[in-house]
Amino acid sequence: MSYNVNEKGYYGEFGGAYIPEMLYPNVEELRQNYLKIMAEPSFQEEFNALLKDYVGRPSPLYLAKRLSEKYNTKIYLKREDLNHTGAHKINNTIGQILMAKRLGKNRIIAETGAGQHGVATATVCALMGIECIVYMGEIDIARQAPNVARMKMLGAKVVPALSGSRTLKDATNEAIRDWINNPVDTHYIIGSVVGPHPYPDMVAKFQAVVSEEIKSQLLEKEGTENPDYLIACVGGGSNAAGTYYHYLDNEDVNIIAVEAAGKGVDSGESAATSVLGKEGIIHGSKTLLMQTKDGQITEPYSISAGLDYPGVGPMHANLYKTGRAEFIAITDDEAMTSGLELCQLEGIIPAIETSHALAVFEHKKFKPDDIVVVNLSGRGDKDLQNYIDYFKL
Amino acid sequence: MNRINQKLKEDKKLLSIYFTAGYPNIEDTVPVIKNLEKSGVDMIEIGLPFSDPLADGPTIQASSTQALKNGMTSDILFEQLKDIRQSVSIPLIIMGYFNPMLQYGVEAFCKKCSDVGVDGLIIPDLPVDVYNSEYKETFEKYGLINVFLITPQTSDERIHYIDSVSDGFIYMVSSASTTGAKVGFGNEQTEYFERIANMNLNSPQIVGFGISNNDTFLQATEYAKGAIIGSAFIKHLTTNGVNSIDKFVDTIL
Ligand SMILES: Cc1ncc(COP(=O)(O)O)c(C=O)c1O
Repeated sequence: MSYNVNEKGYYGEFGGAYIPEMLYPNVEELRQNYLKIMAEPSFQEEFNALLKDYVGRPSPLYLAKRLSEKYNTKIYLKREDLNHTGAHKINNTIGQILMAKRLGKNRIIAETGAGQHGVATATVCALMGIECIVYMGEIDIARQAPNVARMKMLGAKVVPALSGSRTLKDATNEAIRDWINNPVDTHYIIGSVVGPHPYPDMVAKFQAVVSEEIKSQLLEKEGTENPDYLIACVGGGSNAAGTYYHYLDNEDVNIIAVEAAGKGVDSGESAATSVLGKEGIIHGSKTLLMQTKDGQITEPYSISAGLDYPGVGPMHANLYKTGRAEFIAITDDEAMTSGLELCQLEGIIPAIETSHALAVFEHKKFKPDDIVVVNLSGRGDKDLQNYIDYFKL
Repeated sequence: MNRINQKLKEDKKLLSIYFTAGYPNIEDTVPVIKNLEKSGVDMIEIGLPFSDPLADGPTIQASSTQALKNGMTSDILFEQLKDIRQSVSIPLIIMGYFNPMLQYGVEAFCKKCSDVGVDGLIIPDLPVDVYNSEYKETFEKYGLINVFLITPQTSDERIHYIDSVSDGFIYMVSSASTTGAKVGFGNEQTEYFERIANMNLNSPQIVGFGISNNDTFLQATEYAKGAIIGSAFIKHLTTNGVNSIDKFVDTIL
């Protein structure tokens, strides 16, 4: 059995493309071309060159000695926080902007929650000289002011999503509506492994560079490509998909997916989709999502805007359903504490999303000789105000 | 014969009206339907509100949000419609997104539709091929017609495929847009209307999106069998409530 996508765009029973006919030509054009374009030598060459010289790849695989000592195991941090723009998100936007160019598109739209994907998209649009429109919930615009300013400096137009709950889910709706209204010249750069097929697969493949590097870096450092555990936080699931990608079907490697429990899984204020979600359709994909009994999508909560999504990518829904991955839910408080701990033990300020992944060490005991790789998906600069407010700094 | 097919045989251009169930008030569903029939409308699309209506513009979004706030659910809609066939005889179609139907259970949803006398469904985010392979038998078992959309960007090949899967009419979206985004038609629409008319499809076509008055109704129905009005009618309901529906319909026909 493979945990990767099948030729119909499904991971087990999850995935597919549940889209209105208005989107069909766009999504179909992408579906028919994405693998072909990605396989072109000129694409590979340009993609790899930009990842190396512009993003700064490969990102280091760093043995965190003091953190390892504290938890009595061997912890490696995959330093996606050191990428240009400060998170893994740029791996995907570099790939998609090159895709958009080859598809002849001259207008880019994107959604963003915390603003990380918006910044990464605005960045590559500036790099290529392409018009960029970013949809962002009105509430997120208010609470993520520095990233809004970054996007504007980079030349993007930030459009407030005023519908529904005015956060990430609604920004995604608005981006999709924009695409419906601009079907010919526009490419939608989706920010995670969500949305209709082929998006989850395409984004996973652009993020797969993370696990490709982990393999060779571990081989060099440990004499084996295989860690015992891989850990990543899951909002939509793109940094996790990148971390797991080349290990999905290698069951010697254990996979841990970390979701945001918010104020507690049963508190009514949570984003732990695997526990609280049921199978359904969100943003064109059949997956697990948080919803009412009547099938209305509900609003999640997490202190971390990047994990504040009511669904999860179809790859992860399948990893959950099949038991291939262990899912752990981490509360706001646990994440914040672990974030501060990383600062003090390793001199690294992580994004709050990433802090959720780090909190796993308080939840689960690893053996002293286990090799555990954590995707340090982003740096904490964007979250400084949150950390200041939380710790009264 | 299904009421939709019967209606499509009538020798006239058809006016179909969309409204959101439970809007402006939760109890307005049935009065709106009755008043629409009395006003001479040929067919009604009852919108099942959804939290995330991807294909809809601000007007229908707002009506859905309000209807949900009013407490509308699938169960309440079926309860409201349970005696509708004692007083209303025109075709009734439920238009809604797939997730609420999936949660209800597709078979249970179809059965309820058939029990209360709903004739068909329009589900914009249920793709034709998924319908064809997974749900067609269920719809047929309950005598329901499923209606598919085409747009100016839909290829001829795909239109023929959709035509072959359709057993009622084809919903012709007039321009690449969400609902209520554009008003009126330009050359592009005229060309598209002619192109489709010349394809000699088996299924009659009904045009939706961009129709708001007599002019646009006549333009849309020059080639097609009928036209659907949504956002313009929702706006009318927002300002006038359920009472002067006949006045709205008079401005169209
Ligand atoms: C640093 C960081 N990590 C993780 C995420 C969550 O996204 P994903 O699950 O797609 O990796 C975000 C999203 O904004 C992020 O900024």
